[in-house]
Amino acid sequence: MLFIDLIQETYIALTTNKVRSGLTMLGIVIGIASVIAMIAVGQGAQKSVEDRIQSIGSNLLMIRPGAARSPGQTVSQGQGSSTSLSLEDADAIGREIDGLSAVAPSVSGNYQVVADGSNTRTSVTGTLPAYAAVRNVSMDSGSFFTEAHDARRAKVAVIGPDVRDELFPDETDLTGKKIRINGIDFTVLGLTATKGGSGMDSSDDVVYVPLSTAMQYLTGSDSLSMISVTVSDQALMDQASADISSLLFERHGLSDSDTADFRVMNQSDIVETASSVTETFTLLLGAVAGISLVVGGIGIMNMMLTTVTERTREIGLRKAIGAKGRDIRKQFLVESVALTFLGGVVGIGVGWLTATLLTKFASVSTSVSTSSVVLSFGVSAGIGILFGYYPARRAARLNPIEALRYE
Amino acid sequence: MIECRNISKIYRNGDNETVALDGASFSVRDGEFLAIMGPSGSGKSTLMNVLGLLDSPSSGTYFLDGRDVSVLSEDELAEIRIRKIGFVFQSFNLLPRTSVMRNVMLPLIYEGVPHARRSELAEEALRAVEFPESRWNHLSNQLSGGQMQRVAIARALVNAPSLILADEPTGNLDTKTGELVMAAFRKLNLEKGHTVILITHEHDIARYADRIITVRDGRIVSDFPNRDVRSA
Ligand SMILES: Nc1ncnc2c1ncn2[C@@H]1O[C@H](COP(=O)(O)OP(=O)(O)OP(=O)(O)O)[C@@H](O)[C@H]1O
Ligand SMILES: [Mg+2]
Repeated sequence: MLFIDLIQETYIALTTNKVRSGLTMLGIVIGIASVIAMIAVGQGAQKSVEDRIQSIGSNLLMIRPGAARSPGQTVSQGQGSSTSLSLEDADAIGREIDGLSAVAPSVSGNYQVVADGSNTRTSVTGTLPAYAAVRNVSMDSGSFFTEAHDARRAKVAVIGPDVRDELFPDETDLTGKKIRINGIDFTVLGLTATKGGSGMDSSDDVVYVPLSTAMQYLTGSDSLSMISVTVSDQALMDQASADISSLLFERHGLSDSDTADFRVMNQSDIVETASSVTETFTLLLGAVAGISLVVGGIGIMNMMLTTVTERTREIGLRKAIGAKGRDIRKQFLVESVALTFLGGVVGIGVGWLTATLLTKFASVSTSVSTSSVVLSFGVSAGIGILFGYYPARRAARLNPIEALRYE
Repeated sequence: MIECRNISKIYRNGDNETVALDGASFSVRDGEFLAIMGPSGSGKSTLMNVLGLLDSPSSGTYFLDGRDVSVLSEDELAEIRIRKIGFVFQSFNLLPRTSVMRNVMLPLIYEGVPHARRSELAEEALRAVEFPESRWNHLSNQLSGGQMQRVAIARALVNAPSLILADEPTGNLDTKTGELVMAAFRKLNLEKGHTVILITHEHDIARYADRIITVRDGRIVSDFPNRDVRSA
């Protein structure tokens, strides 16, 4: 039997009962579409988490005050509540640790910010100009403050786009505007570019002021909330992290890690943790969608079994004329693979469309990857073979005479 | 060359036993034209199924071209059926909802004959049984009984098999069409030397054959040459 004949037979068989073929295919379409869409949602989440973490800065180490939590220990004193990190620590890190390209100490707190009668409560970060480079802060307009501003405790501020939206919704040029933070007047130097992100952690809902200004007028203390460090080379991250820890141990007069009063966080660890969470999420979504694919496959098997029974006489005739068992098996196998293959193609289209619509109308970030498309193709063809095999084998084994007598 | 030795076929249905064939022995030379007659239920179709390699006897041996067919695999039997045997079933057995053309071509499809050649052969076979050309593309379930029978015969003839087995091929045909079909069988038999075995109830039809076998209760009760062979 020629391949083209096989295709022709399949076409005739599937178009003879269009409604049934269509409904059976629908099961596969839904299965594949949900696999594609769910994996797209999962991978979209993964990608946006990774992007956000990357946007904080690359090769970044963050040193925060507070007790190191050993695994299993659930009670902590609250992050940043301790007053263990000082500006001298930051200077020492910059001076004594090799392989660092920038060090940016910072303090932060939430304050009421007022301008022109509008007011908002936002996070105010006091830091040094190096912060802009370390944390990937770029300017939309105006400029970041300089060392000179810090040296003379200038009351100047750089504001984030979210704060601008609250305080100066209609203004384009902010330079020179006045804002009041905690009752003290500051002059706006510039506006930072949008970084995205939302919720508490938004790097857009923030006001930057010089570190010494913040210490004097806002926090009234010498302790730092964080020291952000950029390591010059990815490969040196672990070394730098260890060096910083031992330096701080020494400076704080500590002897072992149980009593550490600071934490060094490695950005790549954060990325890894976050992506392992989203990977699990993707896997879970994929598994749920996979179940509907299996249900679709069972639908195929059901239809093929019905078809074999209905066409018993026909199969008997074909075998009586001289069709071999393998000809019959191929015919039914190609029929079920054709169903799943077509269902797969349509399903990929529908899944992709669903993902696109989700992004567009529900602003869920999605990402349809080639691998998930290839995977679904393979899986749907595989399902055709898997669930078509048993009915096809049953058809192939029919005895021609008994099949011809079948009523 | 067909040789049957002591062939029996017993159908068992629970406690019920039906002896459809009871020790039939005979042989058929290549190029013979044989008619099998006998009352209803005497085992003619059963015999035909055995000869056509569709069914195996309960006991006895069947040699086809000198080979004991009981040792052949399913695939080997299918191969012989497709290449050597043309079967006309008592109940036509056409593919439902399929065009006349495609029905006739079916054996060619499984034989792997190229497309272009297929329609040529199918048209030839349909012309031989005088099937009206206007209906070649009709679906098989839109035909009259006689038309179906002619399609079934065309299908059996299409790949010029060396052994034609026809179970009451003229049962649904009027005298004139019946004679036409017999003429087609006779022609194949005389011109190409193909063996024809046909079952019939009609003495008129049996008279085309060189030899007539009569079956009763699964046994061969008479087997003699036909002295006045009717010419086509
Ligand atoms: N599958 C079967 N199971 C049980 N008994 C069967 C089966 N097939 C045939 N028989 C029996 O075998 C006997 C012979 O049947 P067969 O079909 O060979 O008769 P026939 O000579 O072709 O009759 P007719 O002229 O009516 O076609 C009958 O008694 C029939 O009931
Ligand atoms: Mg019969």
